[in-house]
Parts: sequence; structure tokens; C-alpha cells
Amino acid sequence: MTSDPRPLSPHLQVYRWQLTSVLSILHRIAGVALAAGTVLLVWWLGAAADGPEPYARVQAFLGSWPGRILLFGWSVALFYHLANGLRHLWWDTGRGFELRQVYLSGWTVVGATIVLTLLAWGVGLSHWSR
Amino acid sequence: MATPTLRSSLGRAVGLGSAKEGVAHWWAQRITALALVPLTLWFVAAIIELAGADRAMFVEWVKSPLPAVLLVLLLLATFYHAALGLQVVIEDYIENTALRLGLLIVMRLAAIVFVVRGIFAVLKLSFGA
Repeated sequence: MTSDPRPLSPHLQVYRWQLTSVLSILHRIAGVALAAGTVLLVWWLGAAADGPEPYARVQAFLGSWPGRILLFGWSVALFYHLANGLRHLWWDTGRGFELRQVYLSGWTVVGATIVLTLLAWGVGLSHWSR
Repeated sequence: MATPTLRSSLGRAVGLGSAKEGVAHWWAQRITALALVPLTLWFVAAIIELAGADRAMFVEWVKSPLPAVLLVLLLLATFYHAALGLQVVIEDYIENTALRLGLLIVMRLAAIVFVVRGIFAVLKLSFGA
């Protein structure tokens, strides 16, 4: 089938960036990133089941700088998708659609993501180095 | 017919429009989302607690019944939720029909492979030596 080169809506490039649209696309991006990160979780579980050497390899990777950066990105994506997912579930009940409420819940999600990420890494790193 | 409609007579006769499916997808996405709220919070708290643990401590943790059951539930809910979400992303952005269908098939099969691999690992750790 040949695709018809008609212009497609919604012409994203003409819109000014705003909190609502940025959080919306970030929810998708975080979801896709988490799907990829879950493969890492399975790799880790599988390595633990396979024996000490495979497990040591995974631990060494997660302890390295690329591994830590991946883990950090995974945690940010997880907390964001979790917080914004709760926002979506709240919307699903038909509430919270007034413009002021949408911005308030949006900034709450941003704040919750930052606080939860810092909390998780603060506690996690103190355990890691024990 | 007393019910007013904005659809033309032709539109109603042809019966196109909504795909007449999607409610099950919508509900499954929400129910797995609800299940994942406590499961992910538990999992994150558990791996923070396990940070820096050696393999023996980790295996001992998976061997206890509650973590094993919760890990299996987490894997099932996560991959189901992920497959539903990735399906929508693929459907939205991949215009080419053959590529879209191919990606949907590969994505679903991959989700099944990973969830089975993960569950097998948890069970092996739980029951194994």
C-alpha cells in the first residue's frame, strides 16, 4: 500500500511546550523505558537462579557507572510513571480536569518523582556501602 | 426511533466507526496498574533493603514464601501491563501495516518469553538447592 503524503494532525511543532503535554508524552516515554528496564530485572533474577558467577557478573555491571546510571534512570522512570499513573487513575474517575487542578496534580507528580527518587537513592546508597 | 443521533443514515448502515473493542484492553490496563501500585512499592522497598547484599542473602530472601509469590505476581502484572502499553505505542506510531503487525507479534512473544524466564528463575530459586 502506498502511503498518501497528506499532512497529518496534530502538527506538534507549532505548539508551545507546556506542562500538560510534556508530562503526557513523558508518561509514554517512561513506560517504554520501564518495559526495557524490566528485561534487566529478568536478567538479574535469571542470573541469580543460574549461579554465583552469572550473579556476580550482573552485580558487577549494576555497580559500574553505566549500570548505576541505568538504575538511576530506571528509578526516575518508575517513580514518574507510578505517580503520573495514579494521576491517570484519578482522572479515570472523572475528576480533576479543571485547568487549575490539572496543573496542581502535574506539579505534584513532578515533586513526588523528585522526592521519591532522592529518598530511594539516599536510603539505597547508605545500605549499598555498609 | 426517539433517540436523536448525529450519525448519518449511511454511516449507521455501513456500521464503521468505533472498532467495538478496546474496553477489555482499557480495563486490563487499569486493573494491572492498580495491582502494580502496591507491588512496585513493595519491590522498590525490598531491593533498597537488599542493596549491597551478596547472593546468599538474596537467595535466602527469594526462598521465603511471600517474596517468591509477590515476585511472580509482579512479573505477571508488569509484563501484561507493559504489553498492553507497548501495543498502543506501536499502533500509534508505526504507520506501515506490515511492520506494525510484525512488531506487535514480536513484542507479545518477547513479553511471554521474558515473563516465563522470570517466573522460572523465581521458582528455581524458591525450590532449588
